[in-house]
Amino acid sequence: MKFSGWRVFREALTGHRGWTANWRDPDPKPAYDIIVVGGGGHGLATAFYLAKEFEQASVAVLEKGWIGGGNAGRNTTIIRSNYLLDGNEPFYEFSMKLWEGLEQDLNYNAMVSQRGILNLFHTDAQRDAYTRRGNAMLLHGADAELLDRDQVRTMYPFLNFDHARFPIKGGLLQRRGGTARHDAVAWGYARGADMRGVDIIQNCGVTGFRIENGKVLGVETTRGYIGAKKVGVAVAGNSSRVMAAAGMRLPIESHVLQAFVSEGLKPVIDGVMTFGAGHFYVSQSDKGGLVFGGDIDGYNSYAQRGNLPVIEDVAEGGMALMPMIGRARLLRTWGGVMDMSMDGSPFIDRTGVEGLYFNGGWCYGGFKATPASGYCFAHLLATDRPHATATAYRLDRFKRGAMIDEKGQGAQPNLH
Amino acid sequence: MLIPHPLLGPRDAQEFTYLGDAALIDRPDGLTEPEKFHDYAYLRDNPAGVHKELWFHEQGDRSWLVVTRNTVTHEILGAVLARDTARGRGRSK
Amino acid sequence: MTEVLRDTSGVLTGQDAAPVLASQPMRVTGGLVDRSRSVRFTFDGKSYTGHPGDTLASALLASGVKLMGRSFKYHRPRGVLSAGSEEPNALVELRSGARREPNTRATVAELYDGLEASSQNHWPTLAFDAMAVNDWLSPFFTAGFYYKTFMWPAAFWEKLYEPIIRRAAGLGTLSREPDPDAYDKGFLHCDVLVIGAGPAGLMAALTAARAGARVILADEDFALGGRLIAETHEVGGQSGAGWATSAVAELAGMPNVRVMPRTTIMGVFDHGVYSAVERVSDHFAAPLAGKPRQVLWRVYAKRAILAAGALERPIAFADNDRPGVMMAGAVRAYLNRWGVAAGKRVALFVNNDDGMRTARDLMARGVEVVAVVDPRRDIRRQAGLPHMLGVVTGTTGRLGLTGINVRRIDGREEHVVCDALAVSGGWNPTVALTAHQSARPVWDEKISAFLASPNAPAGLIPVGAAAGAFSTHGALASGAAKAAEAVEALGFRAPAADLPQAEDAPVRIAPFWHVPGKGRAWVDFQNDVTVKDVKLAHQENFRSVEHLKRYTTLGMATDQGKTSNVLGLAVMAELTGQSIPETGTTMFRPPYTPVAMGVLAGRSRGEEFKPTRLTPSHKWAEERGAVFVEVGMWLRAQWFPRPGETTWRESVDREVLATRKAVGVCDVTTLGKIDIQGTDAGLFLDRVYANTFSTLPVGKVRYGLMLREDGIVMDDGTTARMGEHEYVMTTTTANAVPVFRHLEFCRQCLWPDLDVQLISTTEAWAQFSVAGPNARALLSRIVDQDISDAAFPYMACGNVTVCGGLRARLFRISFSGEMAYEIAVPTRYGDALVRELMAQGQDLGVTPYGTEALGVLRVEKGHVAGNELNGQTTALNMGLGKMVSKKKDSIGMVLSQREELVREDGLRLVGIKPVDPAAQLKAGSHFIALGKDPVAANDDGWITSLVHSPHLRHQIALGYLKNGAARMGERLRAVNLLAKTEVEVEIVSPHFIDPQGERLRG
Repeated sequence: MKFSGWRVFREALTGHRGWTANWRDPDPKPAYDIIVVGGGGHGLATAFYLAKEFEQASVAVLEKGWIGGGNAGRNTTIIRSNYLLDGNEPFYEFSMKLWEGLEQDLNYNAMVSQRGILNLFHTDAQRDAYTRRGNAMLLHGADAELLDRDQVRTMYPFLNFDHARFPIKGGLLQRRGGTARHDAVAWGYARGADMRGVDIIQNCGVTGFRIENGKVLGVETTRGYIGAKKVGVAVAGNSSRVMAAAGMRLPIESHVLQAFVSEGLKPVIDGVMTFGAGHFYVSQSDKGGLVFGGDIDGYNSYAQRGNLPVIEDVAEGGMALMPMIGRARLLRTWGGVMDMSMDGSPFIDRTGVEGLYFNGGWCYGGFKATPASGYCFAHLLATDRPHATATAYRLDRFKRGAMIDEKGQGAQPNLH
Repeated sequence: MLIPHPLLGPRDAQEFTYLGDAALIDRPDGLTEPEKFHDYAYLRDNPAGVHKELWFHEQGDRSWLVVTRNTVTHEILGAVLARDTARGRGRSK
Repeated sequence: MTEVLRDTSGVLTGQDAAPVLASQPMRVTGGLVDRSRSVRFTFDGKSYTGHPGDTLASALLASGVKLMGRSFKYHRPRGVLSAGSEEPNALVELRSGARREPNTRATVAELYDGLEASSQNHWPTLAFDAMAVNDWLSPFFTAGFYYKTFMWPAAFWEKLYEPIIRRAAGLGTLSREPDPDAYDKGFLHCDVLVIGAGPAGLMAALTAARAGARVILADEDFALGGRLIAETHEVGGQSGAGWATSAVAELAGMPNVRVMPRTTIMGVFDHGVYSAVERVSDHFAAPLAGKPRQVLWRVYAKRAILAAGALERPIAFADNDRPGVMMAGAVRAYLNRWGVAAGKRVALFVNNDDGMRTARDLMARGVEVVAVVDPRRDIRRQAGLPHMLGVVTGTTGRLGLTGINVRRIDGREEHVVCDALAVSGGWNPTVALTAHQSARPVWDEKISAFLASPNAPAGLIPVGAAAGAFSTHGALASGAAKAAEAVEALGFRAPAADLPQAEDAPVRIAPFWHVPGKGRAWVDFQNDVTVKDVKLAHQENFRSVEHLKRYTTLGMATDQGKTSNVLGLAVMAELTGQSIPETGTTMFRPPYTPVAMGVLAGRSRGEEFKPTRLTPSHKWAEERGAVFVEVGMWLRAQWFPRPGETTWRESVDREVLATRKAVGVCDVTTLGKIDIQGTDAGLFLDRVYANTFSTLPVGKVRYGLMLREDGIVMDDGTTARMGEHEYVMTTTTANAVPVFRHLEFCRQCLWPDLDVQLISTTEAWAQFSVAGPNARALLSRIVDQDISDAAFPYMACGNVTVCGGLRARLFRISFSGEMAYEIAVPTRYGDALVRELMAQGQDLGVTPYGTEALGVLRVEKGHVAGNELNGQTTALNMGLGKMVSKKKDSIGMVLSQREELVREDGLRLVGIKPVDPAAQLKAGSHFIALGKDPVAANDDGWITSLVHSPHLRHQIALGYLKNGAARMGERLRAVNLLAKTEVEVEIVSPHFIDPQGERLRG
């Protein structure tokens, strides 16, 4: 069924009886050409592009719970391609371009909204670093602008300019950055994949891999064994425990990142903003809630919840930057489990097991990567070659010393 | 979170700085086993369950502790001085 | 604590038989408000009166105001639904100006004299809201309609559709002004935290307190007693309210008890950490002098008794959202606690015996009850009640209820005229806090409601209605029993329970969720989610509870589904033909009720966002008019302007030239300092530094390069050997803390038996750099010992005395490339020392210099600093590859040798100068070869640090360039695409001044 304004209009007049399931709930078949483990944004996008771009007719997505229930459903919805390093920027810019065409690609309004993302800076050294980064972005064909203090003030007059501990000196603006409706991204990919014949199988947890002579034959699941020629794992947050079933140890730790939303408010913050002197970033959703976040809690965790110190730290950053939010109320906090990698960058790669592929290590930046991650993983699964924009995301990069460390923090996941 | 400091009793985790897996204690020797450094520095078990991990009492007595904590429930099963753990694993000078 | 308590430590005492005021037509007899006093307030600019003890909602209801708000999506007229913090409808903007608080629930806003409130989310007025056109268009605006449309043409989403949606959405409006009030934080410790001061909580608190335990009793309400002050039940032969008053009085008088009204436990965190928000001043127009508005308490509790009661749930039927449709328990609360009748002709629609209780209470106050509609066939009829077996199928009245449509069990339909409808679909135990650590509540068939999971946080014990014990007796008994268990587990002896007599009515409820029919039946009132939306979600396969919630926005409004979640789940269960537990469960996340951002931040805002560290010479620098700059937490002098200097460059150039010509003084206290002592100190340093230190003679300093284990440079600095087993290490300002932590890790975790001790002395010593040709001459006037070149050569160090005996440390090291020293004295003498240096150096041309000049001097000399030591670069990148000794094991040695890190054509530190001396460069510009396109494939590196060299009279820079060492003399473009500029530059040695180091040794 094609979605459109006309269709909504017609259904409204006929009691909405025509709408059908956005995706089927099929029983698993005995075997598929490709199984994607993980029905989050990345897994669903992978399946969608496998079917659409790589003409794969026998694909299943296995999800242990409900689709989009992991980090696709618990993030702060930001999309951007404002990376510094050569290993990252082409990939995220590719993702941005896919975002820009997503509604038309999916026939689903995921509310991609390029409201701009502004990274504030507060010192000369930060300005120099953002100048380097902005130039790197431009060299890669992305967009970037360096704003001075007055330009920032014109944009956001309510920021704390006059009584700040760390006065705002300017910001790096990417106008094409913004937000998207996170749940709708997962649903749109699921619907698009389902329409193209992909079996999305919910409540089907993968418990192990069947591997013989170094080659994967299929997966053991809570709904029985399912054969596969190739298996792609995209279960960020739980990568270590899933890949342990294939005998792998990963350069990843699982950490909890909290996110926050305020009560609904009339529009006050137009774009996305990050504070450069504390842990705080914010945007305002179309419903009016201020959606914000800060640093990860900092300890290994598989619990989808965090603790009070980070809540306070984020609020402090928010009040330092925007003292007008003192009387806005925090409505809800939630936590997601992140694959924090050893250099803060992800992996899309083959593994030591033939036919087993891995996608993970997205840290707290997986949402914006969803389209490109899906596309590049599909490319790798279908062609056995990495996509041109994802060549750096190799699991062996630490052996070679080819880290992609945007923050320069080294092999300590909780600092990325 | 509260960390049961073996010398000081329960202390708020906010006084501590987290490092990670206590396996970081088992540093190979750079001259005799350089091939072990990649796995030492980069690979982690990352269990969903009981995890032994290093916390530094930065706002306190500057002890490094090995805390045994469940990463699913956050329950803490114990904490000892990392120095004692290190000695127990054969580290000395 | 007593101050907060004094005005609220008890339940308000009622004044009976007051005359009915014309201005408060709905005020009846009874209630616990203070009728001897009147309180004036305004709502949408119109004046009203109420009494102390009223909430904004009770006072408006008393005044006959039913319409208080508009719903989120359809802008439907809305009145008050509840009498508590679960309120979804009656949201107002409270106060005005910078103190405006959007989305404030009228049901918990305590009335004070002069209160100002306005309705929100409408245009132009509450009664006539043009945006209610959405309601007429509701057939189009179903759940998730926006995912299916607004896609054509592509550009219109952001330019047209989304801006309209954004403007229509949102609820209240922020003031856009800084919050003028202060907030505080505090820490509390107790044996037992009792959450909720209803019958169960009071009994639990009494039991624990009488046993001698340290007790905190917190309740979100300003009046304590919970349902005891909303019902007419007797306890121990007296009124429930009276018993509550005595219980609170007893507790308040005990030294081991802290009673905290107006305090919400908003979250349950790991290991017995509870977060509480105390609203200290929200019942005043503005905080009293010196008082915060609110306080965020972090409560460390060994046990917590959850006596949070229960919340009543609605029944879905057509047009069940009209002003005048209220929860039955709220109708009783307004009647019994506030002396306010919800209507003049009240109907009820219930599936449990609370309906009859409500009817009796109303009739006892002379309020007409016109119908008690109940779908249960087996109800025990009570004489005198207008029972109607059946269901409510619809309502009438646009801005206020005028009647209900009833379909009797026998199929007869009739219209009943009424102006209020009290609804009860049963009660949900308030188990939200038990789910804050992911323990999903479990369904209990007996009470048709969710109870806490057995996996709820250890030590958090539900009692009373929160545990499904709905009778007063059940609440008192379970509160006493569980509190006794809790304190005995902590080693106290609980006295035998002294339970007062109270009603013990059984739970009689038949699950009943919604009345099928054509109209729209609301499930989530605020977000306008109806049964039809739930059906549509089901039809489109959004059947998982989480999908349902996200697709329809059910339970995502400011009330977080307190009244709607279970109802929505039940409707979905009916549609799927599954039981409620098979369909799913409800989850709760912090905070329990919305919390002001201000209180979460406390005092950490504005200039107090983070502590400010001042250097020992700060006061002196301030006197000299220095301009300061934030360096981490530190404030450092950036430059010292002199009269007549109009730009910072003038000042900085002068400071640089004076230093190179005569002598300059700079406060370098912020550098990290670590004393390292022990017989193995040298060995330890060999392991933590890439280069060797054990061979350093006593009395000498060496530059040290510290790597992370991954081979990347972590920090650099100098370490001085002050004695056989005594070293003093300096770190960069930024890395003082991480380096110390790292060294302790190495010492305790890697080599626990090394004889080495560390202590951070960053704050113990004030340290100054004294640099320039006259440095020795100046220091000779202050240092008591001989510091001639022979006695104290380049890279010497030692303990000396200054000014006739003050102990000091002297290091002959140089960051500037000049003959230079760093001299350290105990911090408290830092101010005196800098003044003495200035006084003594007058005739030597002494000049203070700040961080800008420091930067110029070091770039001229080619020393790396933060911009080069960015955590991504190796020793080899910096041109210091030879410093990494392979003869010994040191942190980072092995991994620094990985193939990609030792590439011949990798990045190398270079110097850069513009070909045209007048050209202006920008740090952060990238290098592109002449004639090549500015694209990533041609990106050869970037400028890290840029300064104007007053010596060379043009800009100079440091940067990283691919294969840089081999490209000396090459010309490139430094491209700054951000400013659309590029400058031709020449690659040169990074040592711009005195490459041979002759000045150092001078």
